[in-house]
Amino acid sequence: MLRFIVRRLLLLVPILIGLSILIFLWIRALPGSPAQALLGERATPAAIVQIRHQYGLDKPLYVQYLRYVDTTVHGNFGTSIVSRRPVTTELRERFPATVELSVAAMLFAIMFGIPLGFLAAKRYGTVFDHASLVGSLIGVSTPIFFLALILKYVFAVRLGWLPSIGRQDVLLDTPHPTNFYVLDGIVTGHWVAAWDAVKHLILPALALGSIPLAIIARITRAAALDVQNEDYVRTARAKGLPPHTVDSRHIFRNAMLPVSTIIGLQTGLLLSGAVLTETVFALPGIGSWLANAIFNRDYPVIQGGILFTALVFVTVNLLVDISYGIINPRIRLS
Amino acid sequence: MSKFLRVSFVLAIAALVTVAAALGAVGHKAASDTLVFGAASDPVIIDGPLVSDGESLRVIDQIFEGLVGLKPGTTVIVPKLAVSWSASKSGLAWTFKLRQNVKFQDGTPFNGQAVCANFDRWYSFPGPLQTDAVTYYWNTVFGGFKHPAQGSPGPDKSLYKGCKVVGKYSARIILSRRSSSFLGALALTNFGMASPTALKKYQADAGTVDSDGVFHPTGTFGTKNPIGTGPYMLKSWKVGDKLEIDANPTYWGPKAKLKRIIFRAIPDNAARLQALQTGEIQGYDLVAPQDIATVKNSSKLKTLDRPAFNVGYVGMNQSIPPMNNILVRQAVAYGLDRKSVVDSFYAGRGQVADQFLPPLVVGFAKKGVPQYTYNPAKSIALLKQAGLTPPVKIDFWYPTSVSRPYMPDPSRNFQAFSASLSKAGFEVVPHSAPWRPDYLGATQSGKAQVFLLGWTGDFGDPANFLNVHFGAKSDLFGFDNPKLFALLTQADSETDIEKRTALYQQASIDVMKFLPVVPYVHSKPALAFQKNVRGYVPSPVSLESFATVSYSN
Repeated sequence: MLRFIVRRLLLLVPILIGLSILIFLWIRALPGSPAQALLGERATPAAIVQIRHQYGLDKPLYVQYLRYVDTTVHGNFGTSIVSRRPVTTELRERFPATVELSVAAMLFAIMFGIPLGFLAAKRYGTVFDHASLVGSLIGVSTPIFFLALILKYVFAVRLGWLPSIGRQDVLLDTPHPTNFYVLDGIVTGHWVAAWDAVKHLILPALALGSIPLAIIARITRAAALDVQNEDYVRTARAKGLPPHTVDSRHIFRNAMLPVSTIIGLQTGLLLSGAVLTETVFALPGIGSWLANAIFNRDYPVIQGGILFTALVFVTVNLLVDISYGIINPRIRLS
Repeated sequence: MSKFLRVSFVLAIAALVTVAAALGAVGHKAASDTLVFGAASDPVIIDGPLVSDGESLRVIDQIFEGLVGLKPGTTVIVPKLAVSWSASKSGLAWTFKLRQNVKFQDGTPFNGQAVCANFDRWYSFPGPLQTDAVTYYWNTVFGGFKHPAQGSPGPDKSLYKGCKVVGKYSARIILSRRSSSFLGALALTNFGMASPTALKKYQADAGTVDSDGVFHPTGTFGTKNPIGTGPYMLKSWKVGDKLEIDANPTYWGPKAKLKRIIFRAIPDNAARLQALQTGEIQGYDLVAPQDIATVKNSSKLKTLDRPAFNVGYVGMNQSIPPMNNILVRQAVAYGLDRKSVVDSFYAGRGQVADQFLPPLVVGFAKKGVPQYTYNPAKSIALLKQAGLTPPVKIDFWYPTSVSRPYMPDPSRNFQAFSASLSKAGFEVVPHSAPWRPDYLGATQSGKAQVFLLGWTGDFGDPANFLNVHFGAKSDLFGFDNPKLFALLTQADSETDIEKRTALYQQASIDVMKFLPVVPYVHSKPALAFQKNVRGYVPSPVSLESFATVSYSN
């Protein structure tokens, strides 16, 4: 297991180098420049030249790249051209919002997706099974931003039950030592604030979790159907084991192998959905931050943000692979 | 059902119960002494001379004040921290008599020394702060720095020459050349007076330059301790979350009606509208045209109009033939059905522009302006007179992914203009590009032959419209007209208000004769508020005070 982890960690190095070159070249291939984006209608040719000079964008590409690598390996992603704040500071502030949202969305997807899929498999061919199929298809094919808008309209605007924007009520003045608002509320003993942060997470998590929920439900159903026809399940039943023991020990555990992979992949993909969800719900996370940075050609933010996101994505996948080994001893042995 | 499923469902139901319990809890509503305003983004920094974006200036407007201000809702210059002023005969020395017994929010007295300390600070900004991206307004109005960095304008280009303290409550600003637009520019919040003590104590201009050449402020003046003389003072700012300002208890004028204003960054237009509908915010700016009806139809909401202070125009680049021919430009002007576009796409918030200056601006010509009412037959005749055979092919550019106050939906404007030009002897070849930076890059570098563009004024002065666009050669329009350039320079340096007005009226008429652009609309942007918010006065230049605003639950 240790060798596996070390090997995967070493693989990170070429991945990150390759990615850094790709991002670097890609953003410079985009038309326009940060100067143009910054000044809008007020950009003059002289001002553009001046800003390009100030930000070193008039230097040869390889010089720019080497400088970028040099600062990055020292843990410094540079300074945002738009906000003029260090990219690492902004990452620290925004990353917790995205993590909190992703965790909430994934919890929602797992808590409903797995039981739904399992039940559909157990009730194979029934109305429940067909209904869950239709529900899953709707879940997968509904655009996140559309679902987000509908949820907001119904639960925030019409019914007034839940907040429509942000991470916490602006009238609450509570400390945020970790920037994970739910955790902060619990750690500092501000239960009202923690509860308020949970309320702010509900609608975004429902919107963002809808697609993973549908996918997890379908994969769970297919995996459970596969497994329940296996010889060892038949043997277990023949031995006279109670149904719940067969379900939980033999079917569920084996069916969870493909599901755990899907959960890992979906967790990474949540980041792309987070761009839309964060925009619609005005959540100050990494998704909306990166989208704005691309719009503004904010090179340091794009470079730092994507590199960091990639690192997270790869790490999540590594954790999934490790958990795969734990769930399935055959992988561990091999 | 198996035990496993039962456990799973218990967990899922527990989540549902959580949701249900959450639904029952009523959210916090703002108290009547606090107003939450939805901003499109966070400010960049709360230090006037270092910003040019609206969201920074909105907050700065509440904390800082300039020597002169604007009468609410107009562009008329009124006394603020200066009670009166006079220019010397040469027009090079302006003496400001200052308001007495005014203190900055940190207790520092406001006087002549404070005025000179501020001007000297701006003039002496270090190299990394000298770009348009940071000090746009100083560059635009004063145009030079004491110690210029490579590529920056130096003292020879600077309108500002020096400042002298004349007695305790008087300061004299010395200019290097005559300019009367300078007084109007002083009303900009960018030139608000900051406490010299705080500037020093919180190291406003201290910073390091990183390997990218980017200036990192190390002081906390613009982030935690912005100290001015205004009716509000900064309480806290957490980027991405909220910025709070509290009423200044020692304010020299009428005290602010609300105890606290909270600015909340909500970048998405639809999200701002929904937050207003739910009561999470009490107001927001830049209402999308498609949302105005929703706001108006609500019994709890209202819109406020900001007076028109912009112009939408069809630009023509004279470096790309046949746009160098005045007959062709006139043909374009007669071929654009401007009234239909304004009537159809501005939801009653636009007026057809017959000149570049909006009606509110000094120099707006009330008579003598050539009119180009839609007339396809005349357009075709002009093209033939120019020796061309209709249809004449033109490359017409329009931007995508953008909505501007003067151009809410550029593609619809383009389609309508394209259709009207097709009837007027032109064959329109469409070109589009995302607004920023692609489209602006293409137009500003002179690649676009005919294009949609516009301008929102920075301050209430015709120089900010006419001189900025037609005062010198530019790649955007590709023309050289020394006579027009000279007239605009003369108008800008004239300090006698009547003569200046007459010169700008003449310039406005001359622009419409020369036709570098065909202006077609002046539009009124909208703000949206809860109905029970009172006292907000929209300003054409967005210089709006929250001090007069009240709110009842």
